[in-house]
Amino acid sequence: MPASFNLTRLPKLSGAGGICLQLSGQLALPDATEFWQKLKEEIEPGRGHEIDLSAVERLDGVCAAMLVSVEAEARCSGQYLHFHGASPGVERLLALYGIDGNPCKAPPTHLRILEQVGEATCSLVANTRNTLSFIGELSLSAIRAIRTPKSVHWADLGKLLERAGADSVPIVIAINLLVGFILGLQSAMQMEQFGVGIYVADLVGMSVVRELGPLMTAIIVTGRSGAAYAAQIGTMVVSEEVSALRSMGFDPVRFLVIPRTIALALMVPLLVVIGNFVGLLGGLLVGVLYLDVSISAYILRTQSVIGLSDWCSGLLKAAVFGIAIALIACERGFSTRGGAEGVGTSTTSAVVTMLFTLVCLDAFFTIIFSALGI
Amino acid sequence: MTSEPDSIIVVRDLCIGWGDRILMEHLSFDVARAERFVILGGSGSGKSTLLQNLIGLVEPRSGTILIDGSPPPAPETAPPRFGVMFQSGALFGSMTLLENVSLPLNRWTDLPADAIEEIALARLRLVALEGFENHSPSEISGGMKKRAGIARALALEPSLLFLDEPSAGLDPISSVELDELLLTLNEELGVTLVMVTHELESIDKVATRCIVLDGETRGIIADGPPRELRSQTEPIFVKHFFNREPRSA
Repeated sequence: MPASFNLTRLPKLSGAGGICLQLSGQLALPDATEFWQKLKEEIEPGRGHEIDLSAVERLDGVCAAMLVSVEAEARCSGQYLHFHGASPGVERLLALYGIDGNPCKAPPTHLRILEQVGEATCSLVANTRNTLSFIGELSLSAIRAIRTPKSVHWADLGKLLERAGADSVPIVIAINLLVGFILGLQSAMQMEQFGVGIYVADLVGMSVVRELGPLMTAIIVTGRSGAAYAAQIGTMVVSEEVSALRSMGFDPVRFLVIPRTIALALMVPLLVVIGNFVGLLGGLLVGVLYLDVSISAYILRTQSVIGLSDWCSGLLKAAVFGIAIALIACERGFSTRGGAEGVGTSTTSAVVTMLFTLVCLDAFFTIIFSALGI
Repeated sequence: MTSEPDSIIVVRDLCIGWGDRILMEHLSFDVARAERFVILGGSGSGKSTLLQNLIGLVEPRSGTILIDGSPPPAPETAPPRFGVMFQSGALFGSMTLLENVSLPLNRWTDLPADAIEEIALARLRLVALEGFENHSPSEISGGMKKRAGIARALALEPSLLFLDEPSAGLDPISSVELDELLLTLNEELGVTLVMVTHELESIDKVATRCIVLDGETRGIIADGPPRELRSQTEPIFVKHFFNREPRSA
């Protein structure tokens, strides 16, 4: 379909040796792409232009914006681009879109690498400070909560325990069983070569009870409950529910964080107990099905290797993991700003921080326990 | 079907509602081109539902809606022939204002990126948001969000603009500035305005014609310029509404 406008170059030159163009016809959105291309082709950088608009029958906002843009570009590069002959309607529209008043664009600013590193470092320091300050605030809130138990939303605790605990049991069983099975199979393949297949029970038992059981369970809780807490509290912040709590005289930290922290501090160790047993079961399956070890021999070997201190160290880790997950999730939730985007950002940040913290805490506990000979 | 020759919206025998609940039935009215048309009514009378039917978000239970002579196209099938400004602005929080305004142009035109940027900047200038193009919606005030919502609604050069409670929640200065902007769009660009609002001052300033919906009779109980409606003593709801009187007065 032919364009309903014409942009022609007139043979005459303007006073200062500039180019004269004439626009005619209908300048509207359906032909805007072609109009923009022609306009860019006809306007020569470094030369002045005069554009005759007397034959323009119709100009819409899209094309007016384009004319205003080329005028500003010419003006800002020290050239002139004048329109003349416009009908009152066209003139009014150009004025409405800011002809002559359209400011020059500032060149885009890009942060240099060093600045980006500096900004990231500052942000890391600020995040750490916020987390520490949040832990301080929570400690004070916990003391106050003991004095005034009514200020805590205890009604939530039952639901939180159920969601963090009972609802997580199937996935905790599935993941830990597979981890125990994979660990057992990999070690069985190696140990069988040396005729010490029964030591699979030692390896699986110690690894699951001391390390993998607590860590894998905490990772599952991070994905289920931790992410949910960050998103819930973040949504409450952006929808002003947290402000409403404050306005009613509640301390949001006491009201929201303490029940969640208690829920995870109680539920993660319980889940770890379940996870440890099914992890050991995974190893037992490998022992029985792959290594032809009897069930009783495998269980006796496992019992002889795993002591009470191994169980206790795993459960202590689990409780600390639970508290860490709750604190980080709630802190990131409270620091949410903006709308839906902010909730997404704080939830992602919470999950990444929780995972990183879990691994750091696990390493810390391993070093301490080995130093103490536990 | 008979309608005024220069009607941009024609509604005939429309029945709207939610589930089993009928809110309005046998609604018929026209909106003339370049009119500033306001839909009024008590809370729950069906104003917002009517607006959702007009813009094609909800299918009418029965009846006809014609916009520019044809039914509103199903969303996502064709470029919209009208712009819509939602009550909160409904800007996307993950995008800057410039990206928000560019969105319909990217979707429905094959304009190059630099042209789209220039058009979006011009729209933002039109609504006095110059300099805020790289801000995200969470960084601007409620009034600015509404203006940005209008800039986005205007992106595809519509001749018809629907506005849901444009002045709600705004301070008097922002509210009057928004009214001025709407008048400019109507008078200078010839944009037809269809608004749902409760703000009497905005109605007086902007509207050329109002219809009043009544939840009890499920129909239109008054139709005319706001000055005429203000002086009416019947129906009683219209008198109470325009004179800010309690129902018991």
